[in-house]
Amino acid sequence: MRDVAVVSYAQSPAQRDTGGTTDVEMLVPVIDRALADAQLTRKEIDFICSGSCDYLAGGAFSFVMAVDALGATPSAQESHVEMDAAWALYEAWLKFQCGEIDVALIYGFGKSAPGDLPDVLSLQLDPYYTQPLWPDSISLAAIQAQMALAKGCFTERDMAEVVAASRRNAIHNPAAQLKGEFDASDLLKEETFVSPLRKHDCCPITDGCSVLILASAEKARALCERPAWLRGINHRMESHFLGTRDLTTSTSTMKAAGTLKLDGDKLDVAELYAPFSHQQLILQQSLKLTDNTRVNPSGGALAGHVLMAAGLDRFGAAAREIWSGRADRALAHATSGPCLQQNMLAILEGA
Amino acid sequence: MKLPEPREAVDRPIYLRYRYRASEQANRFLHAIKKGKILGVRSVGTGKVLVPPPGVCAESGTLTPQDLIELPDRGTVLSFTIVHLPIPNSRLKPPFVVANILLDGADQAFSHIISETDLKRVLIGTRVRAHWKPEAEWDYGLENIEYFVLTDEPAVDIEQHRALRLEEAARHA
Amino acid sequence: MTEQVAVIGVGQTARYRSKLSVSLAGLVREAALEALADAGLGWQDIDALVIGKAPDMFEGVVMPEIMLAEALGGTGKPVIRVHTAGSVGGSTAIVAAQHIRSGQFDRVLTVCFEKQSESNAQWALSPSTPFRPHFNSGAGGMFAPVIRDYMRISKAPEDIGCRVAVKDRQHACRNPRAQLQLNDISLEQVQDSPMLWEPVRFLEACPSSDGACAMVMVNGKHTGSSANPPAWIHATSMRSEPSFYPWRNEVDPAAGRDCARELYQKAGIRDPRKELDCAEIYVPFSWFEPIWLENLGFAEKGEGWKLTLDGATHIDGGDIPWNCSGGVLSSNPIGASGMIRFAEAALQVRGMAGEHQVANARKAMGHAYGGHNQFFAMWIVGADKPV
Repeated sequence: MRDVAVVSYAQSPAQRDTGGTTDVEMLVPVIDRALADAQLTRKEIDFICSGSCDYLAGGAFSFVMAVDALGATPSAQESHVEMDAAWALYEAWLKFQCGEIDVALIYGFGKSAPGDLPDVLSLQLDPYYTQPLWPDSISLAAIQAQMALAKGCFTERDMAEVVAASRRNAIHNPAAQLKGEFDASDLLKEETFVSPLRKHDCCPITDGCSVLILASAEKARALCERPAWLRGINHRMESHFLGTRDLTTSTSTMKAAGTLKLDGDKLDVAELYAPFSHQQLILQQSLKLTDNTRVNPSGGALAGHVLMAAGLDRFGAAAREIWSGRADRALAHATSGPCLQQNMLAILEGA
Repeated sequence: MKLPEPREAVDRPIYLRYRYRASEQANRFLHAIKKGKILGVRSVGTGKVLVPPPGVCAESGTLTPQDLIELPDRGTVLSFTIVHLPIPNSRLKPPFVVANILLDGADQAFSHIISETDLKRVLIGTRVRAHWKPEAEWDYGLENIEYFVLTDEPAVDIEQHRALRLEEAARHA
Repeated sequence: MTEQVAVIGVGQTARYRSKLSVSLAGLVREAALEALADAGLGWQDIDALVIGKAPDMFEGVVMPEIMLAEALGGTGKPVIRVHTAGSVGGSTAIVAAQHIRSGQFDRVLTVCFEKQSESNAQWALSPSTPFRPHFNSGAGGMFAPVIRDYMRISKAPEDIGCRVAVKDRQHACRNPRAQLQLNDISLEQVQDSPMLWEPVRFLEACPSSDGACAMVMVNGKHTGSSANPPAWIHATSMRSEPSFYPWRNEVDPAAGRDCARELYQKAGIRDPRKELDCAEIYVPFSWFEPIWLENLGFAEKGEGWKLTLDGATHIDGGDIPWNCSGGVLSSNPIGASGMIRFAEAALQVRGMAGEHQVANARKAMGHAYGGHNQFFAMWIVGADKPV
C-alpha cells in the first residue's frame, strides 16, 4: 500500500446562510488557502475530485459550475461523486494506489440554506414505499434515538453531554458555527423538537465548503512538516430499509473497523461524523472507543455541518490533530444515508 | 380477499421550494439592467471581459474584481442555431434564432434570441443590436432585451475579431 | 506494482426504451445479473460496487446508491457513486477499474443507469439558473451552435450529419438492444425529418431512453470463472475543462484532445485509426462523429467529415467502424450511455458483439463525454493482455 498523507486543509467560515454567494465564489478563496498552506499552485495538482449534491442547489449538474473555481484550462484531471467529499477522497486515494498521481485536491461543498434540507433528504428514501410518506431526516433520526434509548444503550443525559462537549470543543475551532459553555442539565430542560431529540441534538444547517490536499510520500514531506499519513481506509454499506437493520448499532462501521488495525486503546482522537448526538454515542459504542480517545475535538458535525463536506471535515480535523502534535493516531469517520446507513473509517498517523 | 388490480405506474409529485438570492455581482448586474445598462467585468487573471459578471473567472480560477464595466448593447454573433421547437411560456413562435452574442468590448458571449429578420441572413460574425422591451416593462433580467436585431453593418471576420480581443486582453492581464 | 484488470462480464437492458416497466432495482438488476452470469460469478463473489448515473433529477431519487445498493448485492460492501454528467458511464468504469488496479479489490461490479422517463427529461437536462434568462432550447439548442461552427471551419458538405445518422441507424438494426430500430433507413428519410435546431434534424438526434449497463471487472489473475474470453483494459484517461470561458474552443475541446493524447500514450498507440479495430464513441447528435474524429486524432483537423463520407466508419467496408451498436444516436439512457460505449468496446474484443461484431476486432476504444463538451472519459481494451 502506497503511503498517502493529508498535507493541507481549509474550510470556509461557518455560516448558517451564505446568501447570494455562489458555490464557486465560496470555493475560490478556500482553494487558494489550502494551496497556499501547502505552497502549491493549481497547476501542480495531478487530480481533483469533489463531492456535492445537485438537490441541495435545486438544479441538475450544479457541480459543473464548481469546476470554474479550479482554473482548469486547458484541461485538468478531475472527477466528482454525488456523495460526501470523503468518498471523493476515497476515489483519489485509489488513484494514488494505482501510482497514477502524487498530489490531489479534494473539495466538498453545499449550500443547504436555499432549500428545506430535511425534506430534500427524504428523497434519499426508496421512492415506492417509504418516500411517499415524506419522512424527513430528523424524524428518522428521532426514531433511531428512541429505539436506542428504549433499549438502554444510553440516556438522554448522555446525549446532552455529547452536545455540551461539542460546544465546548468548538470554542477552539474558528470555523465552528455553534460553540460555548453549556451545562448538560440546562440542555435537558429544553423542550423536545422532534422527540426524543431536542434542537441541540441535531446538527445545524451550514453553508460552506472544505478543501483538503493529499500527497504521496515523495511529495508530502516537502509540503508539510508533519504529514498526517492515511494508514488505512475502508467503507461499508448497510441495508436501506430501516426495518431490516438494527438502528441502535452501526454494523457497517464495525465491519469497516474490522478491516483496519484500529488498536482502539492507541487512538488519541476520533473525529466522527455524527449529525445527531445519539449517533455519536452509537458510533462510539460500535467502535468500542475508550476514554483514552478524545472524540470530536473540532466540535464535530453538531458544531457545524456543511452537507457533502462534513465527512471530509472529519478527515481535516483529524489531520489537524496530527499536524499540531496533539495526536499521534487519529480516526476519521464519514457517513452517508439515513440513520448511519453507510460508513467510512480511516486511520491517520503522525509517524 | 380480492386483490386490487396491479398498477404499473404511480404519479408521485415532488414539491421542493428553493429560495435563491443573487450573488453580489449578479445583484449589481440586475439592478443595472433594470435601468437599461449592461455591466461586465474584466478578469484579473486573464484580462478578458466577461458578461454578465460571473463572480469567478473560470479560465484562471480567480474571483472577478469589484469594479464593473458598462458595455454597449450591440455586438457580434459568435455562434447560433435556428430553433424549430417552441419555448414553453414564450410568445416567440418558431423558427427563431438562439445565438451566442459577443457584445462589443466583451470576450465572453451570452445566449439570447435574434428576431425580426430573415433568418438566412444570420451568420457567424453578423452584427446585431439589442431591441429592448418598452421601459415600463423593465425588470431585473436580461429579458429586458426582448431580442437582438441585425444592424446594417457588414459581418465581422470572427477570427480577426478574436485576435484583436486577445491582444487587448494581453495588455490588461 | 499495479494490477492488470480485465472485463469478464457485460450486461445490458434487453431493449432500451422509454417507460420501461420495471422498478429502479429491477432495471439495474437485469443488467447486473447478465454481467454476473457472463462472468460466472455470484453476488457474494463481488468485493465492491461502483455505481454511476447522471443527475438525480431524472428519477427524483437523491443519491440512489443508498436505496439500490442492496438490490445489487452491496450490503456489507464498499459502495461508491460517481457523477460526472454525461461522461459518467465512462468515468464510473474507470473508477471501477481503479478499484482493482490499485490492488485493493479483486472483483468489482459496476453499474450505470438512467430511468429518465420517470420525470421530465427535458426539464432535468436544461436546468434554469436563477437570475438568468432561460430559453430552454434543450441539449440540441446548446450543441447546434457548436455544430454550425464546425461546419464553417471544416467546410463540410451539409449532408454529412445525415450520413452519420443513416449509418448509426443501420448499425442499430444489428443490435437487438438498440431502442431505435429503423429498418430501411435512407438518407432521404433523415433529410425529410423535421428540423429541430439547425442543422440537426429529428432523425439526427438521440432518443430519450431508460436503461442500465453493467460490467464485472476482475484482477487479471481471476479471469477463469467466465466461459467467455476477457477484455483486457489497456489504458484509461479522464479530463475536464470549464463549461464557458472566452474564446473557448468548443469544436475541438482541449480536454478531449488532452484526454485522448494521454490515453494513446498509455496504450502505446500512435495512429488510432490504423491501430484500433473499432470504436464506440459518444455521438448524441450526428455531427459529433466528424467533430470527434478530429478531436480524437482519427482525422486531421477539418477532415473528419471525409471519413464519414468515404464510409470509413461503417461496419460494412469501413476500416475504422464507429458505433456498431448503433451508438448514443440509437439508445440514450444518459447515465448509462458512457458505460454502454465502454462495454460495447469490450464486447467487440471479446468477440461477443453478435450481429454487430467487427470481424477479428482485437483492440477497441470506448469514449464518453458530458456537459458542455467538457468532461471526457476514455478507455482502450484489447483481446490480448497489455505488455
